[in-house]
Amino acid sequence: MTRVSSGSVLILGAASDMGRAIARRYAEAGRALILAARAPGRMEADAADLRLRWNADVRTVAFDALDTAGHPAFLDGLGALPDTVVCVVGLLGDQGESQRDFAAARLVLDSNLTGPASILGEVANRMEARGSGTIIGVSSVAGERGRASNYVYGAAKAGLTAFLSGLRNRLSKAGVSVITVKPGFVRTRMTEGMALPGLLTADPDEVARAVLAAQAKGRDVIYVRPVWRLIMFIIRLLPETVFKRTKL
Amino acid sequence: MKLSGWGRFPRVETRLVTARGQGDAVRTVAGGGPLIARGNGRAYGDPAIGPRTTLSLLGMDRMLGFDPATGVLTCEAGVLLKDILDVFVPRGWFPPVTPGTKMVTVGGMIAADVHGKNHHAAGCFGDHVQSLDLLLADGRVVACGPDRDPELFAATRGGMGLTGVILRASFRLIPVETGYVRQEILRAGDLDTIMGMFEDSAGWTYSVAWIDCLAKGARMGRSLLFRGEHARVEELPGPARSRPLDVAVRRARTVPIDFPAITLNRLSVGAFNELYWRLGTPREELIDYDRFFYPLDSLLEWNRIYGRLGFMQYQCVLPAATSARGLRQLLTAIGAAGNASFLAVLKLFGRQEGVLSFPMEGYTLALDFPADAAAFGLLLDLDAIVAEHGGRLYLAKDARMGAALLRRGYPGVAGFRALRAARGLTSVFRSVQSERLGL
Repeated sequence: MTRVSSGSVLILGAASDMGRAIARRYAEAGRALILAARAPGRMEADAADLRLRWNADVRTVAFDALDTAGHPAFLDGLGALPDTVVCVVGLLGDQGESQRDFAAARLVLDSNLTGPASILGEVANRMEARGSGTIIGVSSVAGERGRASNYVYGAAKAGLTAFLSGLRNRLSKAGVSVITVKPGFVRTRMTEGMALPGLLTADPDEVARAVLAAQAKGRDVIYVRPVWRLIMFIIRLLPETVFKRTKL
Repeated sequence: MKLSGWGRFPRVETRLVTARGQGDAVRTVAGGGPLIARGNGRAYGDPAIGPRTTLSLLGMDRMLGFDPATGVLTCEAGVLLKDILDVFVPRGWFPPVTPGTKMVTVGGMIAADVHGKNHHAAGCFGDHVQSLDLLLADGRVVACGPDRDPELFAATRGGMGLTGVILRASFRLIPVETGYVRQEILRAGDLDTIMGMFEDSAGWTYSVAWIDCLAKGARMGRSLLFRGEHARVEELPGPARSRPLDVAVRRARTVPIDFPAITLNRLSVGAFNELYWRLGTPREELIDYDRFFYPLDSLLEWNRIYGRLGFMQYQCVLPAATSARGLRQLLTAIGAAGNASFLAVLKLFGRQEGVLSFPMEGYTLALDFPADAAAFGLLLDLDAIVAEHGGRLYLAKDARMGAALLRRGYPGVAGFRALRAARGLTSVFRSVQSERLGL
């Protein structure tokens, strides 16, 4: 089923590579944009770029995912509630550091789960009251199963995936869609310097195109690249006695 | 990771870092060199590979401002020419100078000081740059241009990234009425004829020739001349006149595999050349800008046709006075060696100023060869002919020239090295090419 998408798009975490790519594709599609980032002044060049390329209606606003107490006021400050809210906020952190120092682990958990849960929960309440809207949360395949190399990040993403699933369940009769985006490897600042396998790694624009396509087609959960759906299916099937011995 | 240029030769191990904003670039430079900036990797050899670090500017791809009154576009160095065309041709603007591919960055076009089919009238891309922001070795970002630190600007245009990291630039686009080009194709049966045709085409904005580099004897230098002008609205057929800037750009096909090395050889190239010659019936036609300016871009990754060995582009220019004699010697050497090259281009350049800018008033010949042992020998022979006739090679295409030929061809080298030393750039900005050439 194809849905006609229109109305403004709020991108939380707009300064990230994925956020920028998503903004470009939405601008190309003619949607009005609100770019939310910690330092909105640094987004001015991106805003100028979007206006120049597509004559886009763009504004930039300050947003801190970790400042959960300020999230209701943040939404109040936007004026009208956007039609679509995309959450690209995330932090990979360093697994070793997260193991040694809980403060580092807490930052990873807050950036990937607590913060998004706070803002998206607030958005969900308002969209439910309005009876329309789309929430798009960028989670990760890392949340499918905790593994030694990045389980703090994985745990947060697992939590986010469950949270989005719950929202989808809650809001399905309220006229609000919730889409979960699960990228595998993506070539971004967050993964800079990592040796990523070519065939499995998407670039940010690929994720952006997938996000727009998912909204247009009314999808619930998508993987980027789609091969990750198969990979995760297999990983989920591994018995724990086997999985605990792997070095993934 | 291993990086290479478009010829896929050489492939060199380097640490690739991506700048998504000025801060990233400043931090990388502060972290110490040697490093070199990299655009979209369309230079053929090794100018955009750093001996230790390579700084990709592809993440700095924002367009910052455009003034429709003057046509001046300001953008970050990682913006692709393709994107400029997609955004601005529909608005009636075109780049003042364009190379043979649109898959290049603004920074790359300035660093190589690219030329196009209109060089005889419009010079190089750097001639149309008003100013640029350059990140120096000490972390300062300075603006330079033809009237602002002109010495630094003159060294930066064509300077192959060796004066610093170009972050942003402002340059003037030219107004066009349509997205089409009125192209005329002429046949020249030999070298003298094509050279005469170029002289006669001085009044045309764009002119370039495909030359059959395997033709011998009386047919040596037989060519097809392509000359063109931006089409005016009244030159378009009726239905197109209402949407003159609306050009449907072809979807590109890609070459998905590496062809075996045997694919391009004397027989196959000879056959291609004969076919191409026959298809060049003299005529005038209206074609879209993409087909006129970027015929190769429609086949993405066409460099794979050369196989995994890779290939080398050889582009030289000879001064006008020695061109006829020099070209004849070059074509004789190429024909005798039998090394295949089906993409052979000939053009008459106009005058050019610049420290390391490639063009000079005279004829330029560009061809490719597989990167095999025989080709290396042939290229050394060609180097000798070029040197003897007072010519030089294009750094954006070079993968194997020696320092002696560089010095002989570019009188500005000594001054360029002195400027690098004086501004403290030498130890920080280096590329595999600059180390090979002693720049």
